[in-house]
Amino acid sequence: MKRAEKKRSGSRGVNSLAALGAAALASILAWAVWTLPPYPERMSNLVAENMHRSGVENPVTAVLLNFRGYDTLLEIGVLLLALVSVWSIGTSTARPAAEKPRPILMLLLRLLLPFMLLLSGYILWIGKYAPGGAFQAGAILAGGGILFISATDRPIPTGIGMWRSAAAIGLLVFILIALATSATLGEFLRYPVAIAGGLILLIEAAASISIGAILINLFVGAEPGQAHSGFSRDGQNRNIEKESSIE
Amino acid sequence: MTVTLLYALVGVALLSMGFYGLVIHPHLLRKLLALNVAGAGVFLFLVAAADSGAAGTPDPVPHAMVLTGIVVAISATALALVLADRIFQVSGSTQMAEKDPAEGL
Repeated sequence: MKRAEKKRSGSRGVNSLAALGAAALASILAWAVWTLPPYPERMSNLVAENMHRSGVENPVTAVLLNFRGYDTLLEIGVLLLALVSVWSIGTSTARPAAEKPRPILMLLLRLLLPFMLLLSGYILWIGKYAPGGAFQAGAILAGGGILFISATDRPIPTGIGMWRSAAAIGLLVFILIALATSATLGEFLRYPVAIAGGLILLIEAAASISIGAILINLFVGAEPGQAHSGFSRDGQNRNIEKESSIE
Repeated sequence: MTVTLLYALVGVALLSMGFYGLVIHPHLLRKLLALNVAGAGVFLFLVAAADSGAAGTPDPVPHAMVLTGIVVAISATALALVLADRIFQVSGSTQMAEKDPAEGL
């Protein structure tokens, strides 16, 4: 755009002002970091003292799913909210129609997809003892799904409410367990010590399915199988719909 | 100077670079990339800050916060991308309307 070029050439003063501001920010923060008092051990001691009641052995998982379960509950809520917003406004017309199927990606897909599914399950399981857990497992699932979308000429499967259920199940299971614990123990998200490990694994399994589904759909940028003709300016159909009408 | 301090200072540098990029680039995609660089700086600082210096494991609480933050950053970025795409479709411009809100958007 012409306007943009004119603006860029005429903004040298703004640039140097921004550089000055960034440099000032950097020096103030660097000074603050340099003079930071020794790290208080109170929080990590609290975690260490209560690890035996968490139901898991990895302290990060214990913090995420047990001690600060609120954070993770709201986080999955944020993911779902972002997906709903993207589905509401996204038309996905920006993605260029690639020539498919792409042979190299197809080969990769055939080789990697089984291992990705396996690895995702393993990462989910190992989160109890070592770094890993629902988010990493969900990210690997999403990687497999995105590889599938990029490689094949098949339309994204759109069963009735399939993506919606997959995206919602994580938050749903989390909330149901939270409500159940608050009804029995009188405290929101406080798990009985004996079954805490099982509850956490259940939440994480549901969450990883949701996270995988949500990330795939965020990549697509619009809800699969939903027409957005009322929203799309040029009324052009998206690839997905064209392909599904051929089959 | 410890390795941890170096990580924290690199985090500060990334945050400042992201801030600079956010201010000077009018293009929405560049602003979004700059925001992500700044966010990465914050995450790096938090991970570094979790190291108590003493022998033993680092504090898991900031690590859990960073994990949560990464996921929120990803979903916010995806939403911002779709919004930028929408702005481009409606106004034909890759940047926000500056002086006249009635024009374009």
